[in-house]
Amino acid sequence: MAGKVLTITSGKGGVGKTTITANLGVALASHNQKVVCIDGDIGLRNLDVVLGLENRIVYDIVDVVEGRCKLRQAMIRDKRIEGLFLIPAAQTRDKTAVSPSDMIRVCDELRPDFDWIIVDSPAGIERGFRNAIAPADHVLVVTNPEVSAVRDADRIIGIVEAEEKGPARLIINRIDPVMVERGDMISTEDIVELLAIELIGIIPEDSEVIISTNRGMPIALNGKSKAGQALQNIARRVTGETVPFLELSHQGGFIRQLGKIFSSGGSKNE
Amino acid sequence: MTHKIKIKGISEGLLVTVGEGEWPEIRQSLLDQIQAQADFFSGANLTLNVGEHEIKAADLGSLRDQISEKGIMLRGVISKSARTEENAKTLGLATHFDRPQPERSGKAFDTSVSGDDAILVQRTLRSGNNISYPGHVIILGDVNPGAEILAGGNVIVWGRLRGTVHAGASGDESAQVCALELAPTQLRIAETISITPPSKKKLHPEVAHLKEGQVVAEVWDLHKTKK
Ligand SMILES: Nc1ncnc2c1ncn2[C@@H]1O[C@H](COP(=O)(O)OP(=O)(O)O)[C@@H](O)[C@H]1O
Ligand SMILES: [Mg+2]
Repeated sequence: MAGKVLTITSGKGGVGKTTITANLGVALASHNQKVVCIDGDIGLRNLDVVLGLENRIVYDIVDVVEGRCKLRQAMIRDKRIEGLFLIPAAQTRDKTAVSPSDMIRVCDELRPDFDWIIVDSPAGIERGFRNAIAPADHVLVVTNPEVSAVRDADRIIGIVEAEEKGPARLIINRIDPVMVERGDMISTEDIVELLAIELIGIIPEDSEVIISTNRGMPIALNGKSKAGQALQNIARRVTGETVPFLELSHQGGFIRQLGKIFSSGGSKNE
Repeated sequence: MTHKIKIKGISEGLLVTVGEGEWPEIRQSLLDQIQAQADFFSGANLTLNVGEHEIKAADLGSLRDQISEKGIMLRGVISKSARTEENAKTLGLATHFDRPQPERSGKAFDTSVSGDDAILVQRTLRSGNNISYPGHVIILGDVNPGAEILAGGNVIVWGRLRGTVHAGASGDESAQVCALELAPTQLRIAETISITPPSKKKLHPEVAHLKEGQVVAEVWDLHKTKK
């Protein structure tokens, strides 16, 4: 196996990176892929909580980098889903405990054994972000349909391009179909036009996300939830499948727009 | 009091023209203005047009050293005073332009046109990107909100202009801003800031320029370039 490193990042915090990392991990693993998720948010770890694996942490990535344990020992196996692993962040250290070259080294060691290495990046453009994109083969930038989040996403996309990790692809999270229909939200079209990168997913606002996060049961496991389906679809697009965008409203107008955006996004080589 | 200097992008770099007054004061305010816009001037090749002022060789030499400390090269000194010109030559400074400046009374059959100093940027400027250039700035791409352009001369955007732009940043009130979609967050020409209401998408090229002290934007085909 020659695993690919997929980094999930954003400029603004709280847009859904950790939720998306956990769920792409779950979704890819449920398609018989071998997946390891790395929590890149050192000092503010929470990927373990979203995955419901918090109580099993013994070692973390800083222990690996500083040689206190073997990489294997820091990997927590998810008992619910075959082929899903987590390398947690340290809770008590700051981001400088890990360097970009440490991240590259750790990922290179994981590549032979996994299909996907998913790195959950912290927000911002500081060290933690640099660590997260250093090993990346693919970068997914997450934004919400808000002016400030889109502005920060634009900045991040520019840096990803400058670091030659591009072209990044875009996930728009927390679209509220009711607000879009009323015209109270920036449209997906406007966001894609401004950011000018390929759109790989649109996830609706869904209160089930918060409920499942609190239970440590990733929403991608819930086939009835629209957000869960959207995340499953992103996972399939990541592997190179062409999957039409979900219908998020019953009016039909919105779905046509999405179809248009997807087909104009152009196909990039996976 | 400050003495206004005029700055223009030319093919040799920047042409700075000083006004009338006492030379020591003009000299000081020139250095002050360079200092105040250090980023803008940094790395530039400067030609100084001192008009009638008679300047001693030692003075010219020390001026050259002072501005070179700011990362600027004094390329030449243009002067109407024979003494100043002589002194500049002694210091190894140029006293004329490499290429003739366009003059209205030029030779009747000379069809060659000389251009000004400009930079071409072939990419979209994203939030956080900025460009600062003493001459003209041409962007082949969009200028997104959060991106900034600071130009001594004109700004031409072959794309959507939604960021912040300052044309004629060193005081040139004839500077213009052209874009295929002109919807800047903020637009300034020389010292004038335009306050445009957030507009609906305009899908036609526009030019912004100063008219009676106010920034006005006009649709391209209505705009008759009077140069
Ligand atoms: N599609 C969604 N619908 C509703 N809530 C969401 C959605 N995506 C994320 N959230 C909530 O938003 C909050 C921030 O998400 P998180 O994944 O921690 O963001 P980040 O890692 O970018 O800081 C969490 O409470 C999460 O449950
Ligand atoms: Mg997070």
